[in-house]
Amino acid sequence: MVPQFLIDFKDFISQPWPWWVGGLMIALIMFVLLVFGKEFGISANLRIMCAADGAGDFSEFFKFDWQSQGWNLMVALGAMFGGYLASHYFLSPDGDIAHVSAATVASLKELGFNYEQGQVPLVPEFYTWESLFTLRGLVIIVLGGFLVGFGARYAGGCTSGHAISGLSALQLPSLIAVIGFFLGGLFMTYFIFPILF
Amino acid sequence: MKISKYIFIGILFGITLYKSEAVSWFRIYEMFHFQSFHMYGIIFTAVIAGMGIVQLIKRTHMRSTEGQEIVFHPKDRSVPRYLIGGFIFGLGWALAGVCPGPMFILLGSGYTVFIVFLASAMFGTFVYGLLRSKLPH
Repeated sequence: MVPQFLIDFKDFISQPWPWWVGGLMIALIMFVLLVFGKEFGISANLRIMCAADGAGDFSEFFKFDWQSQGWNLMVALGAMFGGYLASHYFLSPDGDIAHVSAATVASLKELGFNYEQGQVPLVPEFYTWESLFTLRGLVIIVLGGFLVGFGARYAGGCTSGHAISGLSALQLPSLIAVIGFFLGGLFMTYFIFPILF
Repeated sequence: MKISKYIFIGILFGITLYKSEAVSWFRIYEMFHFQSFHMYGIIFTAVIAGMGIVQLIKRTHMRSTEGQEIVFHPKDRSVPRYLIGGFIFGLGWALAGVCPGPMFILLGSGYTVFIVFLASAMFGTFVYGLLRSKLPH
């Protein structure tokens, strides 16, 4: 018999989390990593995984002591577990819904996504294996992945390393990187999406 | 025991980004259209709380569990590297609606096609490693 307070707790955290809870939790995660003497930065795992696969034979950039970074791979592995738990055990009462604004629902219609308010899924339907055989799916998954991996390393970090860790430590380079993230994102959203969708 | 604490941190991270909907392509789309405060709220809250945490660590000369004082390494001063690299990352972030954290989280939550996204991201990182000496930094 599961104690009632545990059931209540599960129901409590299964609700969609408000933005401030998400933000505080991310700051807490950064803090705990700092206390362990580590820097929060997820995209570094891509470099570690390249190095572990022998990319050091091709570029000096991948010749580093990647074994000492194993802790970060464990954070990534944990994140996968977390995604599994959230989607299987802490599902919102209304399902996997992104509670986006009415304005977003309206502009998604212009893009060809015919969702009603409260029915926008968390993950779009183009994230399937079948859509790899469509041009749009291929561009989003393969080119999107390439740009994220290339850009994150070129800029020396991603959202976690620059936007969270870097800005928190008042690092000017991180502010420049975040401005770059937004310029790139806005260019994609306003100039490429009308062609792609 | 040494690695399990990092797995636990990762689990918290995964649940947080999933439950706050930061893993959603539609939330990223909404952010780049300035149609909701949600994503900005997540980032601002994290950064403001993070600033307080960094100041606390610096002023109290807090030590890590490894025994050394926690230090923040200043990042190399440059503009082109962060602006161009950031721009390219931003293109991918908006296009795919995921950054590296959500990539792992969604892979774990059952969207197995993200293994292709992960492979592409690794390939992007690899190509950066090859071109590194020829790119402006």
